[in-house]
Amino acid sequence: MTIKTYRQTLHDTLAEEMRRDQDILLIGEEIGHFEGSYKITSGLLAEFGPERVKDTPIAEEGFVGAAIGAAMLGLRPIVEIMTINFSLVAMDQIINHAAKIHAMFGGQATVPMVIRTPGGGGQQLGASHSQNIEVFYAHIPGLKVVCPATPADAKGLLKAAIKDNDPVLFLENLGLYGTKGEVPEEDYTLEIGKANVAKQGSDITIISYSKATTVALEVANELSKEQISVEVVDLRSLRPLDRHTIVKSVRKTSRAVVIEDDWLTYGIGAEIAATIQEGAFDYLDAPVRRVAAAEVPVPYSKPLELASLPDATTLSKVVHQVLDATAFTR
Amino acid sequence: MTERNTTTRNSRVENKRANGNAVKQAQPDVATARKSGGDAKELLISFYKEMVFIRNFELKASEMYQKARIGGYCHLNLGEEATVVGLMKAMHPDDYLFTTYREHGYALSKGSDPGKVMAELFGKADGISHGWGGSMHLFDKETHLMGGYGIVGGQIPPATGAALAISYKNKPSDQSPIVVCIMGDGTTNIGAFHESLNIAAVWKLPIVYVIVNNLLGMGTSVEMASGEPELYKRGASYRIQGIRIDGEDPLEVYNKSSEMFQIAREEYRPVIIEALSHRLKGHSVVDPAKYRSEDEVKEAEQHDPIPKVEQQLLDMGYITKADIDAIAAEAKKRVQDAVTFAEQSPNPDLDKLFSNVYATKINGDLHRLPGEPLFNEHSFDEATEKLK
Repeated sequence: MTIKTYRQTLHDTLAEEMRRDQDILLIGEEIGHFEGSYKITSGLLAEFGPERVKDTPIAEEGFVGAAIGAAMLGLRPIVEIMTINFSLVAMDQIINHAAKIHAMFGGQATVPMVIRTPGGGGQQLGASHSQNIEVFYAHIPGLKVVCPATPADAKGLLKAAIKDNDPVLFLENLGLYGTKGEVPEEDYTLEIGKANVAKQGSDITIISYSKATTVALEVANELSKEQISVEVVDLRSLRPLDRHTIVKSVRKTSRAVVIEDDWLTYGIGAEIAATIQEGAFDYLDAPVRRVAAAEVPVPYSKPLELASLPDATTLSKVVHQVLDATAFTR
Repeated sequence: MTERNTTTRNSRVENKRANGNAVKQAQPDVATARKSGGDAKELLISFYKEMVFIRNFELKASEMYQKARIGGYCHLNLGEEATVVGLMKAMHPDDYLFTTYREHGYALSKGSDPGKVMAELFGKADGISHGWGGSMHLFDKETHLMGGYGIVGGQIPPATGAALAISYKNKPSDQSPIVVCIMGDGTTNIGAFHESLNIAAVWKLPIVYVIVNNLLGMGTSVEMASGEPELYKRGASYRIQGIRIDGEDPLEVYNKSSEMFQIAREEYRPVIIEALSHRLKGHSVVDPAKYRSEDEVKEAEQHDPIPKVEQQLLDMGYITKADIDAIAAEAKKRVQDAVTFAEQSPNPDLDKLFSNVYATKINGDLHRLPGEPLFNEHSFDEATEKLK
């Protein structure tokens, strides 16, 4: 194990995989000469050359689609979309094409590509640059969506995504790039579609993914000081969704709170809550609660922005509300 | 209004001729074909046969659609047969083809089995896309038909990326594969077209963008929709060479396309071909085409490439009336055989409903029919056991 940042882990994993497989190309805006808007691809142009690290024009629909076609002919492109907000102009290619080509052509073509892109608010970037819209993609059969919360998971899931023969949206988060954690040194791959019990507990389950998992773990550790035993289920993958791990945990704890950085209505938490009510109805002591973003375009002003986003204090408060409503005793 | 449109169209036909003449002729055109005899004769006869076959296939598809044997939308290549055949015959077998939802003829001419194409229109298991695609989404791995695409312009970025894969794995040569990307005239106004042209230009990709200009989007004319209605010029902003050709003359399409394909092959740079033709019927089978005047329809009919080629062949003494009848009979028989094959093919197996959603196996969570519960207690306990 080595301690590394999420950013460094992504960089190292990309380099490792590119050394292993000549069919991997990187495609994206400013990833070569500029070394990446968030420096994930720093140094890769120098090592692998312009044939494999392809700077693109500002044309998300064009280059995401180009990656699809390259994948159909057997390459394994990894696309970087600078932020998930810009993926919206490539949605026709992602949803109407990447997600459909295998099924629509009767299984004759495959699209083994990865789209890496960070979401996330909290950086004072204003409404058009602060969204968490992964649910758009998690809704679509034919796509896979993974959302690592830690550097180790970033390595394991990126390797899995690259080796997968389907289009995988690899969700990063601006707020995670600088976070540190232990990363296995060996060739480490996680299975796409399996959730992780990030912390064992018995009183209540918090379900989360991506950066919200760091908030969930922070709250779980704080609450342990109050003798409240929180289990944290980190989804790791939004599609496929590991419903069994969620339900198994809630059947054990009888209480559940979801924390998600996306908007409440029709958000990821809605699907989790529906899963829990169907799989653990008889076990539940209280309704499932969701802690999600306020339903506003994310504001620029710091106090307004903070007020709109879920945080540890809010999560802790909601956990207490659920416990209180069920006459929880330590 | 109508009159003005007609005038514009007539002037465009002249324009077309002028441009056609401006292109240097490396290979024989019809006139030289006449003189050279032999190969040109065989070529033109074979093109004619294939055009007649596609015509018959499309008319049968129209009939089957009206009998509700074919569902969804059904767009036909009627009037575009010369363009289709000329282009497809100019391609090498290992060249890749990305095309539109008006693609039955392209699939047939690139070498797909007619029975399998008809079976796909019927939604059957032996369909070329195994019943998953239908009329708009034909795919044939064997012939390198990389798909008909239902979204206007949706095929252009993937086609461009396929050319990237070629350039990554190959070197320019007269034997290198290329990508041929077909689109309609209306497609040249969508962003994906311009983004892709730019990418192909800066990455120097071996791709030929073919604009099949049949003068109409659905009912919107090229002039109404395009700031630069001479569509082959639209690559100029990206320094992409373009030519306009007579899409109603299969030999011209074949010769000039071969020339342009060779540029893409040997130089690894994108080029544009705009082939002019007239759509004989509506946008799709169900479209009565009320936006066209009788005169316009009559004019389109005069541009029907099949009687024109037929007359050429008769004039040149290449074939006789009896040959024409025999060719028509043969085409009808092949189409009927395709229909019989499609009729006899079974429906796709319901057990295969989830087989093609993902290429890499995933856990069974997403295999759920409408109304099925999220959890079946038995399977839940089993799954939970496994987790322990």
